[in-house]
Amino acid sequence: MNYINQNILTIVTLLPAAGALLLVVFPRRDRDIRWFALGISVVTLLASLHLPWHFDHGQPGFQFEQNVPWISHPVINYHVGIDGISVWLVVLTTFLTPLCVLISWKSVNDRVKEFFILMLLLETAMIGVFVALDLFLFYFFWEATLIPMALIIGIYGHGRRIYAAVKFFLFTMIASVFMLAALIWLYAHTQSFDFVTIQQMIQSGQVPGFATAAQWLFLGFFIAFAVKVPLFPFHTWLPDAHVEAPTAGSVLLAGVLLKMGTYGLLRFNLGLFPDQARRNAPWIIVLALISIISGALVAMVQPNVKKLIAYTSVSHLGFVVLGIFSFTQIGVDGAVYQMLNHGVSTGALFMLLGMIYDRRHTYEISEYGGLATPMPVYATFFTFIMLSSVGLPLLNGFVGEFLILSGAFQARQIYGILAATGVIWSACYLLWMYQRVFYGQIKNPVNKTLTDMDARERVSMWPLAIAALVMGVAPNLWLRFIDPSVSFSLKQFSSGFEAAAPAATHVTEALMQVIGR
Amino acid sequence: MIPTVDYIRILPELMLSIFGILVMLVDPVMPEHSSKKPLGYIALAGVLAALAATAYQCKFYGDAFFNMVRVDTFSIFFHFVVLLVALVTILSSLDYLEVQRIKAGEYYALVLFAAVGMALMSSAVELVLIFIGIEISSISSYVLAGFRRRAAESSESSLKYFLLGSFATAFFLYGVAMMFGATGTTNIYAIAAALNAQHSALAYFAVALMFVGLGFKVAAAPFHVWTPDVYEGAPAPVTGFMSTAPKAATFAVLLRILFAMGAPGWFWMVWVTAVLSMTLGNIGALVQNNVKRLLAYSSIAHAGYILVAFAAAKETGISAAIFYTASYAMMNVGAFAIVAHLAGKGERYVTLEDYAGLGRRSPIIASLLTIFLISLIGIPITGGFFAKFYVFSAALQANLVWLTIIGLINSAIAAYYYLRIVVYMYMRDERVETPVARMPFALGAAVAISAVATIYLGVLPNRVLDGAIHAAQDLIR
Repeated sequence: MNYINQNILTIVTLLPAAGALLLVVFPRRDRDIRWFALGISVVTLLASLHLPWHFDHGQPGFQFEQNVPWISHPVINYHVGIDGISVWLVVLTTFLTPLCVLISWKSVNDRVKEFFILMLLLETAMIGVFVALDLFLFYFFWEATLIPMALIIGIYGHGRRIYAAVKFFLFTMIASVFMLAALIWLYAHTQSFDFVTIQQMIQSGQVPGFATAAQWLFLGFFIAFAVKVPLFPFHTWLPDAHVEAPTAGSVLLAGVLLKMGTYGLLRFNLGLFPDQARRNAPWIIVLALISIISGALVAMVQPNVKKLIAYTSVSHLGFVVLGIFSFTQIGVDGAVYQMLNHGVSTGALFMLLGMIYDRRHTYEISEYGGLATPMPVYATFFTFIMLSSVGLPLLNGFVGEFLILSGAFQARQIYGILAATGVIWSACYLLWMYQRVFYGQIKNPVNKTLTDMDARERVSMWPLAIAALVMGVAPNLWLRFIDPSVSFSLKQFSSGFEAAAPAATHVTEALMQVIGR
Repeated sequence: MIPTVDYIRILPELMLSIFGILVMLVDPVMPEHSSKKPLGYIALAGVLAALAATAYQCKFYGDAFFNMVRVDTFSIFFHFVVLLVALVTILSSLDYLEVQRIKAGEYYALVLFAAVGMALMSSAVELVLIFIGIEISSISSYVLAGFRRRAAESSESSLKYFLLGSFATAFFLYGVAMMFGATGTTNIYAIAAALNAQHSALAYFAVALMFVGLGFKVAAAPFHVWTPDVYEGAPAPVTGFMSTAPKAATFAVLLRILFAMGAPGWFWMVWVTAVLSMTLGNIGALVQNNVKRLLAYSSIAHAGYILVAFAAAKETGISAAIFYTASYAMMNVGAFAIVAHLAGKGERYVTLEDYAGLGRRSPIIASLLTIFLISLIGIPITGGFFAKFYVFSAALQANLVWLTIIGLINSAIAAYYYLRIVVYMYMRDERVETPVARMPFALGAAVAISAVATIYLGVLPNRVLDGAIHAAQDLIR
């Protein structure tokens, strides 16, 4: 048992990569390759469930830590560990990947082997980002997500896929160069890449020249993460990438890659530079509010349903950033929760869109209408997931948004008021889209003969629907992980802060009352 | 009487020379129209013998031949780099020459002689001997560049390289002469002692001239104008060779001159050259459609990154430069080995268009080339990443903030044009079917060596980096 606890993170991280390596020498039999990829990703999921299962709620710091020297000069350690914030992000990644394999079962027919190799490599890199506690290791995995994702978009995407892939690559690559500069500065002045060590050195003021450089370092990290989130005005790559990406690419992009940005903001920008975070919060919150509102408004007028969902991501991730920079316990709790929600809901929405694309090969809303008649099961799933994304009470989206808005109101009322309009907008654009796609008469005769979801598609949707429901009615299952870690990191963040923050139990009690439990 | 140990200290050079002469002797007795591959195998044996000799040298550190040659970690490190590059070059030439119908055995001899010159450059501690090393390697390279006799651009390449190259060596020789005038000696360590005692204006001038000469050799801007034409015209394996091994050796010389000799007044010269090389190289590469030209411009840019490490100086900067040289050599020679293979008969297929759809036609070749390109961009799990990382962290530790920023921006720009090749290979469909021959065994071995080395440097850089650090310590001691 002890052995497993010590190595579980490495096992979870490297399993998909090992699978990818095996796939390289695998014979080119597409069917077997698909089953193999599914098998590996399911095994990874099962292995990753070990983490929340054996997680110690009483201990807010990092768990399942492993710290092995890797490179002696500069001192880089293979240091991994998770706390209550990252544990569920890891599980989210391992949870979405098998579903992505399922959803690509039939839509990827060409170069199948390469596709699944790339997807499994991507999974390793994504998990690595969430478990890395060495800044260098983090950067290593962060950059390693780039190539597989760009190739997935560029090779398996639709029409303007090359443009989208190159844009995605260059945006993130250029932005992360700034992070690299900040990392190198930190190493040059602390002689360490270890997150915990650096954090302690900064807190005790042992880093020479930190006072003058801190603002630049903060910005270096911030730009890398803001582009990934993506925060207005760095969001322009996202709609292109989403529209052109194959379904599985979109799901992983929206579901996990965007969270790497918000996770980075929370872990590094808040964790390492608390003073700068506080000082810069006002304009960052303004950017978040612009993202929430403009993302929603732009989504509303999209004629392309996938682009519409892409813009909703801008809006929803704006909420997450707002929650993080509200610096309130409840707001940050909500931000973390919303990251998981968004992964589930938006991931599911992209999967649903992929199913209809497989049938009709278009995302134009005007091509559809009246789909509820030929595809009742599909319409039901769509309704359910859409409502979770809108934030209907009893479904997951509500919990996250509620917590974030409470946090925003606590921080400053106007933030809450403006952000709350985003909730209204999201109902508008999603319901309006739903109406145009599913209701009314079938205008386009092609749509009459559409087949409903088959068994494979249902199997891929049920886990997400169940997750949306459970996360809506029993948020405490997740919040009891998240809450202690958030309060721990906020405590380090600023002394005298606890008084203003409601105790963890308080939060969930309030929530329970609202959702009527 | 010269002690035996002195011969051991030039054993790799001796091995290379012996085998080179052997190639020349065997060549005439072979049937006229037969394949020249056996000569290649002899050359291969020569390089392997030299590698073994270099490993053997590890127990025989010290000076030889009246303090003209010094064997230390530094020289051994660069010997390994040069010899590995020569190994890969010969392996990738074996089938290339057959395809191009170049039936000349002296090709292999010239590669070996060039390697002799470069090996000598890295172990010589005497300016005149360094000059001789440069000449041996350069003259061999001039001839090698013109080996595609039937192609006009190959002759152009050879002639251009020869004219500009001799011009550059003349600069270097002037510098040596002036240094002799300023200090009365040509031994690097004696010069260091003399310069320590007193600085004359002549010494500054001498350093500047030597820097210009060496700047030509490493294709650093503003001395880079010859590079694209020469690299484009030369046979592809030779280009791979020229863009890596002589660069490594010349950087070794530059390191000795700037740091072991304690040359004065070099900082701004290096700073400006680094910035110009990175920027001009990358901007030039952005618009290229010929892969060889593109890699030529990229090699200019990489010279710039290495010079950033020079500007950082001290032990960290020097070791970063050494490490970069090694990892750049491995990834670039590998990339050129593939380019040589894809070029086909008469080097017809060297434009980006010809690479379209390669990911489908030959997935293994495409994925290997992708590894090298990723490494050239500087993305993790490849040697290129750590190389860039060490260079820029050395620069930041030396408080060269602006140089670091310019370098980082440049490496982001560079991502674009390397990525273009990847995009063509995987994401575009070919218009006309470009034939791809199966990868011959020798080439496969060549590419495998460079790919394994590139990944090894990206995952476990410890040992090589330790070597680089020891080399740096040896150098500045």
